[in-house]
Amino acid sequence: MSKVTKKFYTYFFLASLVVAGVLSYYASSSPDGLEKVAEDTGFLDTAKDSAVSGSPLADYGVAGLDNERLSVGVSGVIGILATAAIAFAVFAIAKKFKSGANN
Amino acid sequence: MLIPKLHIPDGFVNLPISALFGLLSIVFVGIALRGAAKSLDDRTTPLAGLTAVFIFAAQMINFPVAAGTSGHLVGAALATVLVGPHSATLALTVVLGVQALLFADGGLTALGLNVFNLSVIAVWVSHFLLVALRKVLPKTKSGVTVAAAVAAYVSVPLAALGFTIQYALGGTGTIPVGTVAGAMIGTHLLIGFGEALITFMTVSAVIATRSDLVYGWKPELEIRS
Repeated sequence: MSKVTKKFYTYFFLASLVVAGVLSYYASSSPDGLEKVAEDTGFLDTAKDSAVSGSPLADYGVAGLDNERLSVGVSGVIGILATAAIAFAVFAIAKKFKSGANN
Repeated sequence: MLIPKLHIPDGFVNLPISALFGLLSIVFVGIALRGAAKSLDDRTTPLAGLTAVFIFAAQMINFPVAAGTSGHLVGAALATVLVGPHSATLALTVVLGVQALLFADGGLTALGLNVFNLSVIAVWVSHFLLVALRKVLPKTKSGVTVAAAVAAYVSVPLAALGFTIQYALGGTGTIPVGTVAGAMIGTHLLIGFGEALITFMTVSAVIATRSDLVYGWKPELEIRS
């Protein structure tokens, strides 16, 4: 990969880090479309807690971090790193199907 | 809690229908896993991974759409124009998996419902719209960007329709399907504007700097015409 492309991808990654780590604090905390519809029409009470609702990162915060800005920001950065790790592994596997088909 | 729940929780739809959509999702993700290779090379594979990363980040930014209601990016049209439908399906699925497992957003039994609506319906609607719109719009960078924004807009209420169908088939609530359908589609017709705007801005930025990496931008069309 050329230096220019590497630089472009670095900026793309940094932009995502800024969005998840910094800008996320300024997101609207009003209920999302689906939740609002469920609330207004009257089926929100059928929701059940996720089996992982006790996750230390549940609801995009870090358990034990009381500073909201820090809590959401750090959870965003962890999410970015986890997504990157899994996505790069998945696409490395997907890419291999090509060499498999050509052999 | 700053970030609202973004995805379908457990309980809204019963287990048999959730399992059915889980199976359908496995089939479509399997197809995507086989089909993605064609558009993945050493230069574009990182973009596919980074598209998933960007979508995770962007989904954290809920924007207000009406009194007491917010919406968030799906990213299906964005991913489809950048990396193609197969890689887009995989990127969205990774995001939904991370959100469900680490952040308890989107139920575990509901994962197949969420994957079907966002990684399958929204992605393939975007793909077919992009293909159709590219035929009628000018074959310029602006043409592709506008096509992506229109696809983004349409994909959101159709993903909401996906939930409505799942609710019709296996909803545990007692609210009539028509009521849910009207509210879901009405709300998501508003959220679609945010989806279109974010998609337009992001595709504009990427296509202006590195159009050579963009799946939906085939420069040879310009040369031939």
